[in-house]
Amino acid sequence: MTTTAAPAPHARNKENHRSALLQELLIPVLAVVTGLILGAIVILASGENPLRAYGALFAGSFGAPGDLIEGIQSYAATGETRLLLRAIYPITESLVTATPYIFAGLSVALGFRCGLFNIGAEGQFFIGALCSAFAGYSLTGLPMILHLPLAILAGALGGAVWGMIPGYLKARFGAHEVVNTIMMNWIAFRLSDWLLNGPMKSSGFRPVTPNVLASAEMPRFFPDPLRFNLSFFLALLAAYLVYWFLFKTTLGFEIRSVGANPDAAKYAGMNIIRNFVLVMFLAVGLAGLAGSAQVLGVDHWVGQGFSAGYGFDAIAIALLGKSHPAGVVLAALLFGLLRSGATDMQSIARIPIDIISIIQGMVIIFIAAPDIIRWLYRIRTKKAEDTVLTRGWGK
Amino acid sequence: MTNVLELRGITKRFPGVLANDQISIALREGKILALLGENGAGKSTLMNILYGLYQPDEGEIIVRGQKVDIHGPNDAIAQGIGMVHQHFMLVPVMTVTENVMLGIEPTRNRVFLDKEKVAKRIREISDQYGLEVDPQAYIKDLPVGIQQRVEIIKVLYRQADILILDEPTAVLTPQEVEGLFKIIDTLIKSGKSIIFITHKLKEVLAVADDITVLRLGKVVGSIDPKEATSEILATMMVGRDVNLVVQKENAKPAGPVLVVENLYVRDERQHMTVQGVSFEVRQGEVLGLAGVQGNGQTELVYALTGLLPIDAGSIHLLGESIRHAPPRKILERGVAHIPEDRQRHGLILSFPIHDNMMLCTYYQPPFARGIALQPAPIFSNAEELVKQYDVRTPNIYVNAGTLSGGNQQKVIVAREFSRPIKLLVASQPTRGLDVGSIEYIHKQIIKKRDEGCGVLVVSSELDEILALSDRIAVIYKGQIMAIVDANTATKEQLGLLMAGVHLSETSNKN
Repeated sequence: MTTTAAPAPHARNKENHRSALLQELLIPVLAVVTGLILGAIVILASGENPLRAYGALFAGSFGAPGDLIEGIQSYAATGETRLLLRAIYPITESLVTATPYIFAGLSVALGFRCGLFNIGAEGQFFIGALCSAFAGYSLTGLPMILHLPLAILAGALGGAVWGMIPGYLKARFGAHEVVNTIMMNWIAFRLSDWLLNGPMKSSGFRPVTPNVLASAEMPRFFPDPLRFNLSFFLALLAAYLVYWFLFKTTLGFEIRSVGANPDAAKYAGMNIIRNFVLVMFLAVGLAGLAGSAQVLGVDHWVGQGFSAGYGFDAIAIALLGKSHPAGVVLAALLFGLLRSGATDMQSIARIPIDIISIIQGMVIIFIAAPDIIRWLYRIRTKKAEDTVLTRGWGK
Repeated sequence: MTNVLELRGITKRFPGVLANDQISIALREGKILALLGENGAGKSTLMNILYGLYQPDEGEIIVRGQKVDIHGPNDAIAQGIGMVHQHFMLVPVMTVTENVMLGIEPTRNRVFLDKEKVAKRIREISDQYGLEVDPQAYIKDLPVGIQQRVEIIKVLYRQADILILDEPTAVLTPQEVEGLFKIIDTLIKSGKSIIFITHKLKEVLAVADDITVLRLGKVVGSIDPKEATSEILATMMVGRDVNLVVQKENAKPAGPVLVVENLYVRDERQHMTVQGVSFEVRQGEVLGLAGVQGNGQTELVYALTGLLPIDAGSIHLLGESIRHAPPRKILERGVAHIPEDRQRHGLILSFPIHDNMMLCTYYQPPFARGIALQPAPIFSNAEELVKQYDVRTPNIYVNAGTLSGGNQQKVIVAREFSRPIKLLVASQPTRGLDVGSIEYIHKQIIKKRDEGCGVLVVSSELDEILALSDRIAVIYKGQIMAIVDANTATKEQLGLLMAGVHLSETSNKN
C-alpha cells in the first residue's frame, strides 16, 4: 500500500475531474428531464396534448427548424434577411431572457459559496436597474464609450452599496442575512414605487422613468424587433470572471473556505467578517448588473413590476447550477428558453404559461431533494459532501 | 458454556472497500468479549451490522442459538442487544428520566407521560447495578462519567442483556475508569454479557474474558487474556512489531518560547473556563497538559492560537505579546496548531488534499503570486508531503473527507510541520487514532522537540502525556493544579491531580 499515483498525477487529476463533472451533471439533467415528463403528465391531465405543447415550447424557445431552413434559402437566393431574422427571433429572445438570469444567478451562487443565503436579489435587481436608468437618462452629452460603462457601473455600484447594508448588519450585529435581505426587498420595492411616482417619474402619465439616452443603450446586433444585445456577452464574461475569482485566486479560496468550514477558515487565519462583507458587495453588485442589463439592453426604462421575479428565480438557478458559474450559465439558459418559449406555448398551443412554473418548481424540488432522483433512476449514492448553502442563525 | 451471541462469516462491502471480510466472533454468556482493532479495522461496521444500522452482504447473526435478522435498532433491542455509543446520545436539556424514556414513553390514560413510573424503574436499576444517578437531574449538569451511567441505564431499561460498549473509557478519568470497571463487574455478575470495543491494550488485559483482534476487516485471531501481553496485542492489531514506548533522550531545554501569565479566558458561552493560568514552554522541551476533558484545556489552546479572545493576563511568544493578535499573526510568528477537533478546525473535508495542505499558507509564495493561485507548486507541495508523511491516499486530488481519521491527522501534521515553526501546540494529537499512527505522530512530535521547537501537548490520555512530556502540568477547573517533572510523576498522582486533589492532600493520604 503506497501513496500516490506516481506516473501521471495531472492526468489522474483530469480523469478525476471528468468523472466528477459527469457525477455533478447527472442529477440536474435528470431533474430537468423528470420535470418535463411530469409537466407532460400535468398537461395530459388537463386534457391537452403534451406533444403539441412541447412542440410549441420548442418553436418558441429555439425557433422552428422549418423557418430556419426557409430563412437561409431566402437569404441565399435573394440576400433578403427578413425571413432569416424571423427564424432566429425565438432563440435570440431566449438569450435575452437568460441574460439577467445569468447575472442574478451568479449573484446568489457567489453568496452560497461563502455560506451566505442572499434572498434579496429581487430588490437588488430593482436598485441596480433604477441606478442604471438614472445614469442613463440624467447624464447628457456623453459619448457612448463613456456613458454606457458609467450607466453599467451605476447599476453595479448601486446594487453593491445596497448589499453592504445587510452585509454590515451581519458582520456588526450578527443579524442573519436571510431576514435582512428579505426585508431589504420590501424596502427596495417601496422605494422604487416612490421614485417612479416622484423624483424619477417621466413627464408622461404612467409611473415609469424616462427612457435612457441612446448613448447608454447596450448595442444591439440585429435590427428591430430583435433585442439581442451586448449584455449577453457581458454576462458570459461575468461568469468567467466569477469562476476565475472563486477557483483561481486566494480571495476565492478564502471565500470557499469560509463557506465550506468557517471554523477551519478562522483557524487558518482568514477573516470571516471581511469575507462576508466582500462577498455581499460583489454578489449584490452582480444582482445590480442583472437590473442594468435588463434596463440598458432591453427595456430602456424602468416601471413598476419591472423585475418580474428574476431575483427569486435566481435562487433556483444557483441551486440548479450547483453554485458553479458554468452551471449557473447552463441553468440560466434553460430558464431563458423555458420562459421565452412559454409565451408561444400559450398563444399557439393554448397551454397556460403557468405550466412552466410547475415544471420549474418540480425541477427545484428534485435538485433540493436529490434522493428522489437517485431513487427514481436507481443511482448508487456516492457519498459526497453536499454544498453548504447557508449556515445556521446568528454568527 | 453457551454462546449468547455469534456472528458468522459476516461480510460487508462498500463501494471500493471490503469493510468486513468473513468475520466470525462469539460472545459467551456472562462474559466480556473485547473487540480490539485499529481505526478502520471494521469494528464499527461490524457493530453497526449487529445493531441493524447496516445489512450484511453475507453471513448470519445468531442470538441464543436462533438465527435472526436485524433490520434496525428496534430489532436489536427486541433481541436484547443494547449499545452504549462512544458519543453519547443524550439530550442535554432533558432530565435523566426523560432521556431514558425517550422513544418508549409510557403513558397514563394514553395521554399523559408517566414519568414517575420510569423514575421508579431507574431507581431500581440504579440499586441493582450500583449505577447511582438522580433521575431528576438534567443531563447538562452531570459529569461525563455519570452521563455514561445514564447511557447504560437506558440500555438496561430496555431490558438488554447483551451490551455493546463502544470505546467507553475514551472520555473518563482514570478514577472514573475504575468506577466503570466496577459497574461492568456488577453487570456480569447479574448475568449480562458484554462486548467491549477499544483500542486501549491495558484495559483489554484488565477486563476481558476473551479477546478478538480485527485488522483490515478480518479477524486476525482470538487470544486468551492470560496469555496476552500489550506487545502481543499491539503486534496483532498493527501487523508488525510496534514500539509502544516513544524513544527519546532527555530534553535539553533552552530559553522560553511561550510564557503565559495569569491567563483568564471565557468560552463561547461566556463562562470563565480558564482562571488564572501561568506556565512557560521552553525551547526543546515538551510540556504536557493533563486533565479530564472540559477543564479549560480547549479554551486555553484557543486563546493561545487566537481563536478565542483573552479576558485577562498575558501571553508572550518569544518575548512578544500576542495578547490581541489575530490567528494569522500568531501563525506567521511560528506557531503550529494541531487542533483537538480535526474535522472542525483542522481540515476542510470537502476540499481536496492539496488545498488542505496549504490551508494556512495559501496566500504566500510559492502558492500564490499576487492574488493568483499557482497550481503547480500547490500540487507538488502536496505530493511531497503525502510521500514524506506517508499519508495513505489514492492521490492528492481526493477530498480530505474520504481519508481515515489517522490519515486526516497526518495531513494536518504534515501541513503544520512543513512551516517554519517555533512553538507546536498539539491538542489531543492522537485521539481516535490507531496504534501505528500514534507511534508515528509521537515520533514526529519528539523530532520537532529535538529540533529546538517548544511543544505543548494537551491530552486527556495519561499514557500519551507520560510518553511525550518532559514536564507535566495538570489542569482542573481552569486552574493549574501543579507542574511536575515527568520522570518522577506517577499515574496515580496525576490521576488524583486531574480529579482536583492537591498534591499536599495526596501525600497526606500516602
